[in-house]
Amino acid sequence: MQSQERVNKNVTNGIALAVIWLAAIATVGALGTILVYVFVNGIGQLTPTFIFTNPHGVLMEGGIWPTIQATLYVTALAMLITTPIAVLAAVYLAEYAVQGRLVQTIRFAADSLASVPSIVMGLFGLSLFVEGLGMRLSAIAAALSLAFLLLPIIVRTTEESIRAVPKYIRWGSYGLGASKWQTVSRIVLPSALPRITTGVILAAGRAAGETAVVIYTMGTMINAPVSPMDPGRTMPVDLMLKAQEGINVPSAYGTAMLLVLMVLAFNLVARWIGRRNRRMQG
Amino acid sequence: MANDADLTGHDAAPEMCADPSSAAAAPQPPKHSARRALTKITRGTYLKEAALKNLFLLCAFVAVAGVALIFIFVGIKGWPIFGKVGIFDFLGGATWFPTKGHFGILPLIINSLLAMTGALVLGGPLAVGTAVFLSEVASPRARALVRPAVELLAGIPSVVYGFFGLVLLRPIIADLFGGLGFGLLTVWLILAVMIVPTIATLTEDALNSVPEGIREASYSMGATKWQTIWRVLLPAAKIGIIDAIILGMGRAIGETMAVVMVAGNASVIPADVLKPFLTLTTVIVMDMPYASGDHRTALFGVAIILFVISMIFVAAIRVISRFGKRVG
Amino acid sequence: MSERLASLLQDQASVGSGRDKFEVKKLDFFYDKFNALTDITVGIAEHAVTAFIGPSGCGKSTFLRCLNRMNDLIPGTRVEGQILLDGQEIHGPGVDPVDLRRRVGMIFQQPNPFPMSIYDNVAYGPRLHGMRKKSELDGIVEESLKRANLWKEVKDILGRGGLTLSGGQQQRLCIARVLAVEPDVLLMDEPCSAIDPTSVQKVEDLMAELKDRITIVIVTHNMQQAARVSDFTAFFLQEMAGEPAHLIEFERTAALFTSPKDKRTEDYITGRFG
Repeated sequence: MQSQERVNKNVTNGIALAVIWLAAIATVGALGTILVYVFVNGIGQLTPTFIFTNPHGVLMEGGIWPTIQATLYVTALAMLITTPIAVLAAVYLAEYAVQGRLVQTIRFAADSLASVPSIVMGLFGLSLFVEGLGMRLSAIAAALSLAFLLLPIIVRTTEESIRAVPKYIRWGSYGLGASKWQTVSRIVLPSALPRITTGVILAAGRAAGETAVVIYTMGTMINAPVSPMDPGRTMPVDLMLKAQEGINVPSAYGTAMLLVLMVLAFNLVARWIGRRNRRMQG
Repeated sequence: MANDADLTGHDAAPEMCADPSSAAAAPQPPKHSARRALTKITRGTYLKEAALKNLFLLCAFVAVAGVALIFIFVGIKGWPIFGKVGIFDFLGGATWFPTKGHFGILPLIINSLLAMTGALVLGGPLAVGTAVFLSEVASPRARALVRPAVELLAGIPSVVYGFFGLVLLRPIIADLFGGLGFGLLTVWLILAVMIVPTIATLTEDALNSVPEGIREASYSMGATKWQTIWRVLLPAAKIGIIDAIILGMGRAIGETMAVVMVAGNASVIPADVLKPFLTLTTVIVMDMPYASGDHRTALFGVAIILFVISMIFVAAIRVISRFGKRVG
Repeated sequence: MSERLASLLQDQASVGSGRDKFEVKKLDFFYDKFNALTDITVGIAEHAVTAFIGPSGCGKSTFLRCLNRMNDLIPGTRVEGQILLDGQEIHGPGVDPVDLRRRVGMIFQQPNPFPMSIYDNVAYGPRLHGMRKKSELDGIVEESLKRANLWKEVKDILGRGGLTLSGGQQQRLCIARVLAVEPDVLLMDEPCSAIDPTSVQKVEDLMAELKDRITIVIVTHNMQQAARVSDFTAFFLQEMAGEPAHLIEFERTAALFTSPKDKRTEDYITGRFG
């Protein structure tokens, strides 16, 4: 009897572990399918003409250069606005805040902000920045709206990075007669910098791939922005419109592939920074 | 604000000493090492540290301001629809036909819930399974492959998911089941994959925070790996997993661009999983380009509802976590 | 200062400067409502080594951290009573704890070099306090490393990361780092418990050399170490869990270890509990 039980136990164990393996394989498989499909169909599109020239004609033949410029422009602007605020906010939460109502409110707000659907963030940007503040459809309106989307993400990764700095390293600094700000600025932030950077890069990837926020705040006009007040069409928006309207699908494949490449690049850079940091500290 | 005390680590706000040199004039001892007087905090130091602290607090407060601003600025554009149609008719009305003056979003709510539920049924087990794999089953090498895959899935823009669904998945579904391939089934498959990283990452964190000793205790009593996972680890990580699933639900119900490309967008409750349908998020994308007047107001009204739903999810996580802490 | 202590010091003027650097009077320490230490009255002799001993959890480290107000960094802590440094109340109105910590340096159990070069580690303190000139910094770095007996080992690798050194070297780097800001007092919180035995010897030798110019207070679990390095020893004990810890006995080290006056001290040093 007992051995029968043991056999059953082991059979169940084997089946269950196989199912868990299957889940992991399915997840990797889903990613693999997406990557392979997008690459196979997109790779032929990636010519210098496609990347570096302007589109022309009703079917938007030619390149997508202005959308690449608009994407980079609005991403950079959003990161410039968000990063300092988010990092300092994280410094407050990790180093200065005393548990209490105020901190609870801030955390609840950050969590809420993080879960606001991006379409809502888009309409918010339209209402406040585009129409309310008269910025019209512009890179700055998009960047400001994106800033609210990215803020909680960067705050969270930065706060985690700061908390990961060992306490006794701070004590060393305080023990030498460093003030709080001296300790934070000279010891804590430099020690946390690689991990903070990783978080910021991943957030930049999020900004660059965002569609719903940007479409209502920067519009769909093909334009390479020069001033922050200029409108433009980013790559995700371009991809969405082409796919929706079924025009120039080959070009949509190219854009999709570029977007995926960009995300890959952001991830690899973030990973590389993380690994280099571990090696240096180890 | 808060507690100024920890600026310098002093319990009471220090008395200012405007002139530090007066303190330096303490009598010098006759022999041995010099006895320096203790320095007082100068007004400058104190003000600088206090100013920095308040600057950081201000930055942290941007998050609070953000939530308030969203509420206000989506609210002012959308609120009038509740007055015009009545909030119950807006939420409970069965017909969404804005050009004819029908602003009932009940079908959209139901469709959003249908999309979310199906995605959860498919994606939840996939995500939890992947998390268990990462935390309990995988060899270091397998982990080094699967974890980056999960991170990459999180990074892929939703528009790419939608495009992928449109050009690959939709034709396959159409071939297999007939129809055009637009509908709940396609949406479920796409959303299921999209919520995997959210749920898997947080579930893995929850599993990793279960103390190692608990695993050892279970194995030492002769439990198999699966028994340990099923009877000990998953229950121990229960609260974290529930939180993860709620966040996944939020992600699914708020997802827009991926859904709009494969849902087909018809404003009725679909008769089966292969028929086109419209959700709370996709209606905004579809109608915004041409909507005006009450129609536009109604779309902002939908945004308010979406915002409130996402807040409810966040609040639910708070309540559950607090409850979980109390239970142990 | 207790009379007994005063007479002791008069008898033994050869130890230290014959004067107290710290005078602690009726000190109570609280974590929120929990009274962790009570009624501590003790004098810490200048230019001598004073050791705090006692079983773990007896509050000796907490007391040590009162002396440079490191406990202020933990929210909810509170001090009652007086701590005088050179006759001045360190909790006095407006006293800057940051400057106090510069004068009362601290070495921790875990060597904690900053993740930067050896040179930058030592130069960190002087730079904090406004020194910028390379030549001056070079001088201070060299001098401090020499005083910490580390110069010979690292003079050619000053640019290398402080974390690449061995544990014992790291601890001496931390000592050099403190010496660079020229403190009057060095508080050492079990400085040898996380380093190898050879390094322990070096750190102990260092303490003997440093006490000409600096007052040293060391918390240690190791009674042999207390006996070897200290001139005075204070024995702390928390008799009941949940009760505050007391200072049981404070004596010349030789006297405390050879003829303890208190039964509890005797029990502890003969290994009967703790």
